[in-house]
Amino acid sequence: MEYQNLFTRVQAVGPVQHGIDLPPGNSPRTGQPRLWYLLGLLGNAQVGPVYLGGLGIASLILGTLAINIIGFNMLASVNWNPVEFIRQLPWLALEPPPPGYGLHLPPMNQGGWWLLAGGLLTTAILLWWVRTYRRARELGMGTHVAWAFAAAIWLYLVLGFIRPVLMGSWGEAVPFGIFPHLDWTAAFSLRYGNLFYNPFHALSIAFLYGSALLFAMHGATILAVSRYGGDREIDQIVDRGTASERAALFWRWTMGFNATMESIHRWAWWFAVLCPICGGIGILLTGTVVDNWYLWAVKHDFATPYPAVPVVADPATLVQGAKP
Amino acid sequence: MKRITLAVAALVAAALVAGCGERPPMQSQQQGYRGTGMVQVDNPRIVARQKAAEPAVPELPPPGSNDGPKARDVYQNVKVLGDLSVGEFTRHMVALTQWVAPEQGCTYCHGANFADDSLYTKVVARRMIEMTRHLNADWTQHVGQTGVTCYTCHRGKPVPAQVSFAPLTPKNNRVGSGLGFDAGQNKAEPSIALASLPYDPFTPFLSGKEPIRVAGTQALPSDDHRTSIKQAEFTYSLMNHISKSLGVNCTFCHNTQSFAIWTDKRVTAWHGINMARDLNNAYLDPLQKTFPASRLGPTGDVAKVNCGSCHQGVNKPLGGLAMAKDWPGLVPVVAAATAAALPPPVAEATRSVLYFGVGSPVLEGEQAKGLDRLVATMSAQKKSTVTISGYHSAAGTLAANQELAKQRAFTVRDALLAAGVAETRVKLDKPKQTEANVAGEDPVARRVEVTVR
Repeated sequence: MEYQNLFTRVQAVGPVQHGIDLPPGNSPRTGQPRLWYLLGLLGNAQVGPVYLGGLGIASLILGTLAINIIGFNMLASVNWNPVEFIRQLPWLALEPPPPGYGLHLPPMNQGGWWLLAGGLLTTAILLWWVRTYRRARELGMGTHVAWAFAAAIWLYLVLGFIRPVLMGSWGEAVPFGIFPHLDWTAAFSLRYGNLFYNPFHALSIAFLYGSALLFAMHGATILAVSRYGGDREIDQIVDRGTASERAALFWRWTMGFNATMESIHRWAWWFAVLCPICGGIGILLTGTVVDNWYLWAVKHDFATPYPAVPVVADPATLVQGAKP
Repeated sequence: MKRITLAVAALVAAALVAGCGERPPMQSQQQGYRGTGMVQVDNPRIVARQKAAEPAVPELPPPGSNDGPKARDVYQNVKVLGDLSVGEFTRHMVALTQWVAPEQGCTYCHGANFADDSLYTKVVARRMIEMTRHLNADWTQHVGQTGVTCYTCHRGKPVPAQVSFAPLTPKNNRVGSGLGFDAGQNKAEPSIALASLPYDPFTPFLSGKEPIRVAGTQALPSDDHRTSIKQAEFTYSLMNHISKSLGVNCTFCHNTQSFAIWTDKRVTAWHGINMARDLNNAYLDPLQKTFPASRLGPTGDVAKVNCGSCHQGVNKPLGGLAMAKDWPGLVPVVAAATAAALPPPVAEATRSVLYFGVGSPVLEGEQAKGLDRLVATMSAQKKSTVTISGYHSAAGTLAANQELAKQRAFTVRDALLAAGVAETRVKLDKPKQTEANVAGEDPVARRVEVTVR
């Protein structure tokens, strides 16, 4: 039984699996499948074969181009010094055009590269999405993975494309960079009066933390009943055994209610998917229909204002030249 | 096997914790109303290390008598400090040397003839004395009664440790250079706490007068408030500079609910920003021709002050040491403003009456406290609204008085907004002349009445 657990010392070694035959019109799979001991410590030891196909190849090429445009712009911003490039890498970025350009096409070295890299990366991501959809269909699966991926793409598109277009300026978009995109996020919250009071931001966080909680609860439950075969979840869904019964009983005893072997996966899927969907809505509303989330929240009795003690007025509105 | 895994995991965890460089416990101090998150967090060990690293303030003779012949009558070419006695003048000169050029001595500024102005250092020093006097007299909103001396910035060095120059525009930012546009940010500058933010917040805000406030003043967007995220990043960079220079976190001055809410510390900082801009434009920039090229920045500008020049990592420079009071040459005597006695404010649960000084729209002293009970009532009764009526005395012209009454009403409105009362719940009445006050000044006539309905 031990070999079916994570961190196991036992690996099942058998003939490599090539997978099912694909319907006509599909390209052949790439790579000779191999067993890799180190991977076997974490999951399945078999690597490959990979299905690349036209979409995968196009997506990889466009994505590589985008990453190269970003990287070479970063390298040029440190005077083509490779040592400085590595040393300062977390700080470097490919910045969107200055706000003055609005939605017009800026010169290449004034954000034009950002537009090009963003366009290429977006196309690559969308092609990769089609690929996940197609592969699922070709295997006769549902398309849940593709739609979950689409939820993340929604947030990405809102940040980098939809909201900047609605605001009328590419300068509103996020830079490509490690620290720069984090500083951008903080500046965004400061500009719009504290994103904490954006209810969709709040929902997004609830689903984010909720996802982590559900993941932990589900993972723990299944590991706890794996000694009764609980890790073979699919068998347990159609043919409930003692593992499933015990897992259900555990939650009924501890909190009076339990998910089922199937519904727990719907819970997890919806929590995970609603995190970027709500986040995207929250970003989309910011600046377009709400300018200051704190004032909005006070207006709608959503924020509790505390008395400022002592009362302090804006010094700029007072007559200047008055000395204490 | 399991033991080895555990040992390795423990080692990795220890290395991660050690990498943070700051071990607990921290000291935190509440700065504002509970629930607003206003707290200053310090690492007492780092604070102690900073204190120990500070050079000792030079020991100088105590103030003497200012009687006797004046320096301007005894020495030649004395354009500042001339009204000091010869003894005091000499004591000031000794101090200046100790504070600014202890290694170089008198000859850093003076040639063989002490009256000669041929060394640029003497011309600059004279202007800096004027600047210090201006600062101690006219910027008490920022420096309080503590004031500053040359030592506040210089600390025994001819050039203060923290000054700012305008940076060169990197050549990769030119359109023709092809690629590498950095949008003026992402350089890990120590002066802005190593953030990936614009690396020069000083030129737009501490020399220029670009708008710093980026947050919306209304809940919903309007065409007269269009501020980009890029502008917000510039403001954020300046705020990082202040935070770094003062060794404080954001919530030292700001309420976490809304950074736009005013607090007393934020008002001090606001005056500080205006002060730095004033000093840079009125005193430092005009010295550009005086300085030799070796003292100028990469674009040929003079070194300018920023928050770090005086503060150098602590929120009260030199730990709040009041040095200026011993140096009469650096603190011009200002006629103390005569604070006319105002009646105490009326502070009832649903009605406040606040009194103002002659010609002043500012809530002075305890007057501001007159709103506390009313604000508490308004927080409890969510549907209540409040009416503000400004009154003025009969002295002066009607138009000016009505404007003043309006300004007073605005002050009170802002105070209510700052206390968290929504703008929609505040109603402003037309200014009124107090009926019983037909002519002249009456302290009771200069008031604003606030009534909850």
